[in-house]
Amino acid sequence: MTQDDRDHSAASTVSSPSTTSSPSDGSHPVAIKAIKLRHPWRILISVVLVILLVLFVIDASQRSAYGWPDVAKYVFDRRISQGALVTLQLTVYSMIIAIVLGLLLAVMRLSPNPVVKSVAWLYLWVFRGTPIYVQLVFWGLVALIYKTIDIGLPFMQPWISIPNNLALNVFIIAIVGLSLNEAAYMAEIVRAGLLSVDRGQEEAATALGMSWGQTMSRIVVPQSMRVIIPPTGNEVISMLKTTSLVAAIPLTTDLYGVSRDISAVTFTPIPLLIVASIWYLLFTSILMVGQYFLEKRFSRGVGMRRPDKKVQPIGNDVGGKG
Amino acid sequence: MSDMPMVRADGVSKSFGSNEVLKGISLTVDPGEVLCIVGPSGSGKSTFLRCINHLERVDAGRLSVDGQLVGYREKGDKLYELKPKEAAKQRREIGMVFQRFNLFPHMTALENVMEAPMRVRGISKAQATARAEELLARVGLGDKGDHYPAHLSGGQQQRVAIARALAMEPKLMLFDEPTSALDPELVGEVLDVMKGLAKTGMTMIVVTHEMGFAREVADSLVFMDGGVVVESGDPREVLSSPKHERTKAFLSKVL
Ligand SMILES: Nc1ncnc2c1ncn2[C@@H]1O[C@H](COP(=O)(O)OP(=O)(O)OP(=O)(O)O)[C@@H](O)[C@H]1O
Ligand SMILES: [Mg+2]
Repeated sequence: MTQDDRDHSAASTVSSPSTTSSPSDGSHPVAIKAIKLRHPWRILISVVLVILLVLFVIDASQRSAYGWPDVAKYVFDRRISQGALVTLQLTVYSMIIAIVLGLLLAVMRLSPNPVVKSVAWLYLWVFRGTPIYVQLVFWGLVALIYKTIDIGLPFMQPWISIPNNLALNVFIIAIVGLSLNEAAYMAEIVRAGLLSVDRGQEEAATALGMSWGQTMSRIVVPQSMRVIIPPTGNEVISMLKTTSLVAAIPLTTDLYGVSRDISAVTFTPIPLLIVASIWYLLFTSILMVGQYFLEKRFSRGVGMRRPDKKVQPIGNDVGGKG
Repeated sequence: MSDMPMVRADGVSKSFGSNEVLKGISLTVDPGEVLCIVGPSGSGKSTFLRCINHLERVDAGRLSVDGQLVGYREKGDKLYELKPKEAAKQRREIGMVFQRFNLFPHMTALENVMEAPMRVRGISKAQATARAEELLARVGLGDKGDHYPAHLSGGQQQRVAIARALAMEPKLMLFDEPTSALDPELVGEVLDVMKGLAKTGMTMIVVTHEMGFAREVADSLVFMDGGVVVESGDPREVLSSPKHERTKAFLSKVL
């Protein structure tokens, strides 16, 4: 093998004498043309996998139980696309609330006040320690526990007492349930981001006379975004799929709920599961593309920070001012 | 005014838990004076500097800057802790330069210098830009304003950090080992800027291991060890003929 290599490189040296004649004057050195290492097992495994996949596809396309005509019929059904819209709304609203609440909880956990800190810890303990499905069922029942919203002094006749209509709106209940749960996870992501910023940054800003709020908003938070954004993208994708659990409340107007409702009438559950999956895949794919570009943008910030790199600045493509 | 010291420390003490780091530091720094603090690692030099701009709380003793008690307000015979806003106001008057520069990496050199004057002093962007350009020119970096810290050498970063501190127009500058993180060939450019600053009459407290700088620029020198001032006086005298055994032992190692 080594003998083989040597022969080969010798041959290439001979075949291009002009490049080797003056290696010191900055011309290109000879390119290495070695025999590639072979990976017979890799090739074998790949072939087997491809064969299995092809067999599966051919088989699936011929099985009537998949109901491909039904898939084609329902994939652009108006009820399905309406359900997809509800799923998107649940995802977006819940994530926005979760991010704001998560930021608040993260700051609370870093607070010097032990009571504030403990309250945040307790919140995380409860919401991360119980299943989201159980939480959603609970929120569905909350209207039974709190039948009215009372305003007044504790243990006295309330001044105002309004029926708790809010808790009867399952869409709002779903957003409450999803976002309160997600906030606990966002809090940990934000906290990790804030802690990733060097303590010296906060110190330098404080020494300049900047207030805590200015230090956070101008110095610490912008630098923590690099750490916060990638896992937040994952959370969005995860939230999109978790919305299918709102059946626990029960809310049935989301993508999975609608497809279930249709199949309950038509007795074709399998094609409708495929239809729902196609839509979920479409959304997660779009989100993954978005996440790819976000991560690329924020890892460029890391590249900037390499101390051994003395490149001229690329202009204002990094930093908040852009 | 002229006979009031810029910094007066009177028995300043500070503990972290059971670790007593400062055990009664007393010294004064007059306006325009350059004081160098030397001493072995862990002797409390950084902690003392951080007490002066209230990044750390003093546990006992009195510490005042320009006649104002640091971090507290005295009313009758009681001391009241300052609100964060009031403490921030005191810090504006005191510039600080760190060993590891601590420039804001997501801002250009110019933005680093402009940030605090704009946010804290509330001056206009145009004014802040003009002032920042002037300060960068003063530290020899007039052409580097649009560079990010990552694209500057250590010496250049530290000079930006000095300009950033000066932008708040402080009456006192604190330097915590400003050249310790630098490659040897970059130390000179930072010390030159500091020398220039001393010539303008800035009051400076410099923690350093650069004995040449202390000898040449400092008006007085303090040797700290184990949280106390062991010896102080004229830098040339202390450095050439130290009186205490501990000072002698320390200097024999660094000189
Ligand atoms: N925030 C803190 N919490 C607990 N202990 C601390 C803290 N800051 C400093 N110390 C301790 O105080 C002592 C003095 O530290 P300080 O940084 O003031 O020393 P120094 O003289 O500046 O040393 P060096 O030359 O290494 O910078 C050390 O033992 C250190 O461990
Ligand atoms: Mg120190």
